[in-house]
Amino acid sequence: MSRDPVPPTQELHMERRIQSHPILSSHGPERVRFFFGEQEVHGRPGEAISSALYANGITVFGRHHKDGAAQGIYCVNGQCSQCLVLADGRPVKSCMVPVREGLRVTPVDGAPPLPAEDSPASFSDTWAQRAQVLIIGGGPAGICAAEELGRAGADVLLVDDKDELGGKLSLQTHPFFGSVRACHAGTRGIDLATILARDLPALPNVRVWLGATAVGVYRDGLVGIVQHGRYLLVRPQMLLVAAGAREKSLYFPGCDLPGVYGAGAFQTLVNRDLVRAADRLFVIGGGNVGLIAGYHALQAGIRVVGLVEALPKVGGYKVHLDKLRRLGVPVWTSHTALRVEGVERAERITIAGVDEGFSPIPGTERSFEVDSVLIAVGLAPVNELAAKARQLGIPTFEAGDAAEIAEASAAIFSGRIAGRRMAARLGLGGAVPPAWSTTAEVLRSRPGDELPFIAKDPGLSVYPLIRCVQEIPCNPCTDVCPVGSISIADGSITSQPTFAGRCLGCGRCVAICPGLAINLVVQDYDPARELAALVLPWELDDRTFGRPGDVVSTVDMEGLPVGEGRVLAVREREDQDRRRLLLLEVPWEDRLDVAGFTVPIAGGEALDGVAPPGEEDPIVCRCERVRRSEIVAAIREGIRDINVLKAVARPTMGGCGGKTCGELVMRIFREEGVDLDEVTPGTVRPLVAEVPAGVLAGLAPGEGEEQ
Amino acid sequence: MSGYDAIVIGAGSVGLPAAMFLGERGLRVLVLEALAAPGQGQHKSAIGGVRATHSDPAKIRLCRDSLELFRTWKERHGFDVGYKPGGYVFPVYERAHEQTLRGLLATQKSHGLHIDWVDADSMAELVPGIQREGLRGGTYSPNDAQVSPLLAAEGYRRVAVSNGVKLRYRCPVTGIRVAGGKVRGVDTPEGRFDAPMVLNAAGAKARQVGALTGLVVPVTPDSHEAGISAPMERFLDPLVVDIRPGPEGKTANFYFGQNKEGQIIFCYTPAALIEGEDRESTSEFLPVVTRRMIALVPRLRNMLVRRVWRGLYPMTPDGVAIVDRAPEPEGLFLAVGMCGQGFMMGPGVGRAVAALMVEGELPLPPEVVAMLRFDRDFFAGKTEALK
Repeated sequence: MSRDPVPPTQELHMERRIQSHPILSSHGPERVRFFFGEQEVHGRPGEAISSALYANGITVFGRHHKDGAAQGIYCVNGQCSQCLVLADGRPVKSCMVPVREGLRVTPVDGAPPLPAEDSPASFSDTWAQRAQVLIIGGGPAGICAAEELGRAGADVLLVDDKDELGGKLSLQTHPFFGSVRACHAGTRGIDLATILARDLPALPNVRVWLGATAVGVYRDGLVGIVQHGRYLLVRPQMLLVAAGAREKSLYFPGCDLPGVYGAGAFQTLVNRDLVRAADRLFVIGGGNVGLIAGYHALQAGIRVVGLVEALPKVGGYKVHLDKLRRLGVPVWTSHTALRVEGVERAERITIAGVDEGFSPIPGTERSFEVDSVLIAVGLAPVNELAAKARQLGIPTFEAGDAAEIAEASAAIFSGRIAGRRMAARLGLGGAVPPAWSTTAEVLRSRPGDELPFIAKDPGLSVYPLIRCVQEIPCNPCTDVCPVGSISIADGSITSQPTFAGRCLGCGRCVAICPGLAINLVVQDYDPARELAALVLPWELDDRTFGRPGDVVSTVDMEGLPVGEGRVLAVREREDQDRRRLLLLEVPWEDRLDVAGFTVPIAGGEALDGVAPPGEEDPIVCRCERVRRSEIVAAIREGIRDINVLKAVARPTMGGCGGKTCGELVMRIFREEGVDLDEVTPGTVRPLVAEVPAGVLAGLAPGEGEEQ
Repeated sequence: MSGYDAIVIGAGSVGLPAAMFLGERGLRVLVLEALAAPGQGQHKSAIGGVRATHSDPAKIRLCRDSLELFRTWKERHGFDVGYKPGGYVFPVYERAHEQTLRGLLATQKSHGLHIDWVDADSMAELVPGIQREGLRGGTYSPNDAQVSPLLAAEGYRRVAVSNGVKLRYRCPVTGIRVAGGKVRGVDTPEGRFDAPMVLNAAGAKARQVGALTGLVVPVTPDSHEAGISAPMERFLDPLVVDIRPGPEGKTANFYFGQNKEGQIIFCYTPAALIEGEDRESTSEFLPVVTRRMIALVPRLRNMLVRRVWRGLYPMTPDGVAIVDRAPEPEGLFLAVGMCGQGFMMGPGVGRAVAALMVEGELPLPPEVVAMLRFDRDFFAGKTEALK
């Protein structure tokens, strides 16, 4: 097989950068020059190699040593091992290592060679450090736990594998739900980390290590941590795992093509690094992550061709669904992705309707041209270190998504509660206020029932329509109304807010609603009552969409077409926190129905005919390139012990250690009719991430290595 | 329940090949394994090195047989057990070690081992990047090899099954039935199984199984840690053993090789025995073993370490296995105390013990048989030159 190290289809063009974004400020003009193979490319100082490569249009980072398959990004979170490259000759996960001036990045073509660095080595000793509490993960839960423990006087070490605190908050351009008082609802995720962490520096007994990955918990009670090329051992008296969640995976033919990757990976590229990662996106999965990722794409000016959800109803908040549908993105429920195909990267997706048993319905297939497909089929707790620590007898707590998948608002409380509990266990006093547990419970609650929405004209000259019809924990609208006209009857934050009384038309409720579910109707706009004006929340780039004078196709709250409207004005104010309020003129009779309008970058025509199938046996284990048929064959041979399956077919044996395919393998057992009680789980051992031997050995960093 | 001709206790490094060979001889064989699948005890903790390079003639003989079996496995059974030729090297930096190793060559060769002393240049070719300063050369035994223990367990199972062997998992033996001085069968939570012959091939649990008939089997588990890297381009053919004790005072020797998957697999022998059945990795292992490896082959600094584990060496007091019939009852056999070399000796021991059970004699020279006897003096004071 003759192969090019860089496929010829991979044209290098600079500046796949997001130049204009409604929420995020563009990065500075600084550039570093580095090399990909022989090509000179540029990146932003400090950004991950993977992001810099994507920003240069490079999506194929190497070729798998087993079959030469093109490899690219997948998780962009240090969890999988798909994005391996050689950085100055050394194998690294490109999503975890920053670019720097002059860096030589080489695509990994097959198994990476070991560079012939044969000069004698010298080592420096490391001693185990002590900490009363080691917190793994500096997202909302870890930060809040550290603060509670710190205030109680505990000696705390907080470690996080990224270079800033906040975890996945840095990807969340949208305002959070929840309660204003308890968890800063209405604040954007990107701003929340700073707010949450602002008190940590004042606590001298809380140490924070950034860029520090916990890689193993050992029999002797020590935790191994890798930070910037150093290996450190910490002996905690107690451990809190607040490491968040990783994205669940999915297999289908073509799932392993570059361009098919996690929704969180996409958000990282787009929102953290402002890389225009795609031009035509498709989303698989209608949970909050998938819905929000689709919305984030539109914010970045990226076309969203569509979204499929296998269940009859999306699992995410209805307000997120409606936001997407109103902009014109088709959301197909009871649909599945049959396959993605293309040469060296995703080029087409074929979807189909599914029956009640989730089997595709023949004749319903449709294909679309895409360049990227996001997998957004849920999150799984990152809890393997907690499980091991507990097994080894280390007092261990979990908080945030590592304990239970929920919103960031819930993670804040979960962290605070864990912090207080641990402080109490350490004899530092402090109890969990009973109200906290109740609040945490509420914030964790799943979206509830949907009530029908009937828009009513109260006969006022101006009034809000609150299209919040699903029980979710959220109340900012009730806090901002200057005349107190919006309230939640039963006082619980999950029930629906209602409007009664006066409306000043100030638009604060429109500006604050995290779900973008409130608009104003201005009925005295046209005394003749032929026209009305609406005040709509707008979070797309108003330099491109929704400019004054634009005639737009209006839709109702769920995205069904209504008619036409005309944008009259855009209001942008400091207190609206980067949200624009649009004044839209609509026919009088449409005023109660119109809740938004479509944009031309939503949806896409289906291709004529259905794209022909290619290799139909999907890759399940990406690291070891194990196909579904190989796992099925082993199961049918009678294998019921994952350890034996690993030995025979090698799933979970790769760099990620089964973090990506472990659940998929169990699903195949179920599909084969095997009772999972009969299946012996695989043994979990350190390390949870690969570490260079030189780092473990305490090798003094050599020339050219990151200092 | 219908009877068997032989029951093998333990589906590990020794029990599996023993059952396979007993089945090949036409016996009705039942293997009883306490764990959920074959090779899930200490077998899978082996790093997969198979060498006939020993100082002890018994081991040389048994491992030569193992090597031949693994080498021809694929052509005979159509299943790849991850066999990778490449030999073993023992690089030498100290005069005393050169004398010791050179001194063994005659005995080793007399037992059919293909081994020679190679000079420093040849050693540096065999181990690219090896530290040249002070390198005196070393021994090279090209017919030694590496095999995947994970695949070998499956290979044994398949051949055993095709030989008519029955295997039961999650089925620990709770008693050995004896009547009139003869073995009659075993008890398990699933009931009783009858057979006139029972083989104790219980590895790290050999002592406990021995106790079922009141026999004191002098086997004590001692734990060793090991690790494996991410795959890399093939650069190292032989498995490398550095017999120098480590300057850190914790390692007696260490060894590593690149397996067929391209992964470096590595281990050290602790300076002092670590008795017990603990199989959880310690924080000490990785810093110690990586320093030793990088000191010997500096380019290994960039190898990505993927996973570590810890397995048990079923040790006898003199470091040599017991392959013999038990003094009583009649029909009870022992193939235990492999001292951490069960994987490499397994096929040879399995074949030998099958012969003992069927023909009444080990197919080995008398001096070798004597070394493997149950009633030998375990404390005669002889130590093995090459462990």
